[in-house]
Amino acid sequence: MAKDDESPIPQAIVQPPHKVHLPLVWIVPIVVALTGIWLVVHNLVNEGPTVTLRFNSAEGIEPGKTKIRYKDVDIGEVKTVAVSKDRRQVILTARLVKAAEDYLVSDTRFWVVRPRIAAGSVTGLGTLLSGAYIGLDVGKSEETRRDFTGLEVPPIVTADLPGREFILHGAEIGSLDVGAPVSFRRIAVGQVIAYSLDRDGKAVTFKIFVNAPYDQYVTANTRFWHASGIDLSLDANGLKLETQSLAALIEGGLAFQTPPEQPPGPPAAADAAFTLFADRDLAMRSPDSERRSFVVYFKDSLRGLAPGAPVDFHGIVIGEVKGISAEYSATSGVFRFPVEIAIYPDRMRARRATGSTIPVDTDPGHRVLVNQLVASGLRAQLRIGNLLTGQLYVGLEFVPGAPKALIDWSHDPPVFPTTGGGLGEIQDSVASILRKVDGIPVAQLSAALGASLQSLQQTLDDTDRLVKRLDSDVAPQATATLSEARLTMRSAQQLLRSDAPAQADLREALHQLSRSAQALGSLADYLERHPESLLRGKAAGPVAAPEEGKQP
Amino acid sequence: MTAPATGRSLGLALCERCRLVARMPPAAAGARATARCPRCGAVLELRRHRSLSHALAFLVAAYLAYLPANLLPILSMSTVLGSESDTIMRGVVVLIRSGSWPLGLIVFVASIVVPLLKLVTMTLLIVTVRRGSRRSPLQATRLYRLVELVGRWSMLDVYVVTLLVGLVQIQSLAIIEPGAGVFAFGAVVVFTMLSAMSFDPRLIWDPLEDGHGQGR
Repeated sequence: MAKDDESPIPQAIVQPPHKVHLPLVWIVPIVVALTGIWLVVHNLVNEGPTVTLRFNSAEGIEPGKTKIRYKDVDIGEVKTVAVSKDRRQVILTARLVKAAEDYLVSDTRFWVVRPRIAAGSVTGLGTLLSGAYIGLDVGKSEETRRDFTGLEVPPIVTADLPGREFILHGAEIGSLDVGAPVSFRRIAVGQVIAYSLDRDGKAVTFKIFVNAPYDQYVTANTRFWHASGIDLSLDANGLKLETQSLAALIEGGLAFQTPPEQPPGPPAAADAAFTLFADRDLAMRSPDSERRSFVVYFKDSLRGLAPGAPVDFHGIVIGEVKGISAEYSATSGVFRFPVEIAIYPDRMRARRATGSTIPVDTDPGHRVLVNQLVASGLRAQLRIGNLLTGQLYVGLEFVPGAPKALIDWSHDPPVFPTTGGGLGEIQDSVASILRKVDGIPVAQLSAALGASLQSLQQTLDDTDRLVKRLDSDVAPQATATLSEARLTMRSAQQLLRSDAPAQADLREALHQLSRSAQALGSLADYLERHPESLLRGKAAGPVAAPEEGKQP
Repeated sequence: MTAPATGRSLGLALCERCRLVARMPPAAAGARATARCPRCGAVLELRRHRSLSHALAFLVAAYLAYLPANLLPILSMSTVLGSESDTIMRGVVVLIRSGSWPLGLIVFVASIVVPLLKLVTMTLLIVTVRRGSRRSPLQATRLYRLVELVGRWSMLDVYVVTLLVGLVQIQSLAIIEPGAGVFAFGAVVVFTMLSAMSFDPRLIWDPLEDGHGQGR
């Protein structure tokens, strides 16, 4: 070794060893491992919930690609698509992000967003390129849920839209559909969200949504009615045409309003139930809380009277015909046709002057009132509502001098007295006229008429003959006479002409006559002044002579 | 049987920086002592210090990173048509399915086979050295060379992703973003390279000498 020390190869420098000797390099895998562990833990901790969604079809859905989006933000992804065991549905499993855990409550709704073209809107056009995705609307429930049945159509109203939902019960759906507009004073303020047939199949229940600023107008006494398209109705009241906005014409719609005569109540609570009326008039009627039924027996034919026909009191509809039937009385052997009518006293009360002392609320009070009215001559009458269609209605009218009648309160419902009148009267008089016409001995009359006609014919013939004779015999003579007369007239005319000699003579004669009269006058004058001249003769005096000369 | 002389058997070490051959101090001077190059002061080692330990540590790190590299998406692409994030294997499958199987094959080889091959090779080498196996040291050395050679190509995926991310940045039309997998994948490659670098191939041959009575 000593020899080696002297070789040209230099000795390496020796440094004292490090005291601490950490295998620093092992930090690397440890860091990597820690990173890995952290990632795994992070993923596990942040792993969002897995949900199961059921749809009728998986059209456009691809596992691993189809996203779940809330307000267009990706919150998850469809992981698997499978067909359910009964092969009726497809089951999707989707993994959501951790933050979406709160979204999964029992009333959260999922649906597939695809391009859709409906009457009023086109939605989901973006999905034409990007492919379908699953949208969701987060519910308000507290209860968590992981298994959902997806909607086939997107919901119209999302849970975060301000406004309220209401429930309507209607007799029929009309032309409504989901999405049909709900209007308030013809402003579109909401939409029909859903409808369903009641379990008993007797009514339809609608769910509607009214947007936020307008939902305050839905109060406890608000009325809803069908405002679908064109309503053309022909009833005892005549022809009625009602149209709505164009959108409502196409899609149908609903409208609501609080009756104007009523004060608006407090805003209705969400999910409050209302009745859906067929039209505005029905809706605006006061609610018929109280109902009095009566039976009326008419002698007239009931053709044209239908259930639902109005019961009219002096032109005010206060009730309606509920039913018409026939009953046979075995004892008397006659048919009677009871018409059941319902009277809503509220309708009268609303219009009755306040301060009335007649209590109508209580049953005895009601009897007293009705008895009083009947005693005053109130009778039910069948009347023609519409001559064109022959619709009938029941009219209540005070008939002056009507035979006394009483209400049969023992019958249930009580029997209200009727009077013929109206149509019956017309029919009766027409019948009596016809009877009289029937009584006329038409055969005899016609024989006599024939004879008369014959003699008349003869007379006419005679007259004709007479006229002919007159024409042939009398007429020429008459003509001659006339020409002679004309000659006579002409000579008379000549005679009477002013320059005719006779005329001149006449004038001269008259002249002389007048002179004679003057002379006579002056004589009389003279005699008056000188009566003695009659005895003595004319005195020669110059006085009178000039006077006489001046007089004419 | 006389073994050929080696640096270690002669007690000589080559400075890896300035290539000066220096005589190592006798082992008696203390196993823990550090020898330095008398000319440039670099650390002189007969065998790379804790070579196996380092190689093993990096290898373990590479193994750890290999898992997420293949499980996590390497690329997330959002286009108008939707967003998609794919792992390496999925990309390969898509490429092959879409008909461009040569490309798929290249990606498969470069991104899955080669890193795995490197990992396995390194494992093999380390285990071989650890066990002091004397079997076919020549082949082991060749394997090592192969690992070194192939190392620079295994970043292909990372290059592609980097390129795509840089190129495709059309906002609102298409955006490509690197996924977490890329980082893991890069880590795998880097760690295997480090592992290969730390590994001292001279160790492969030592057992042959050790057979002549010298402990490692």
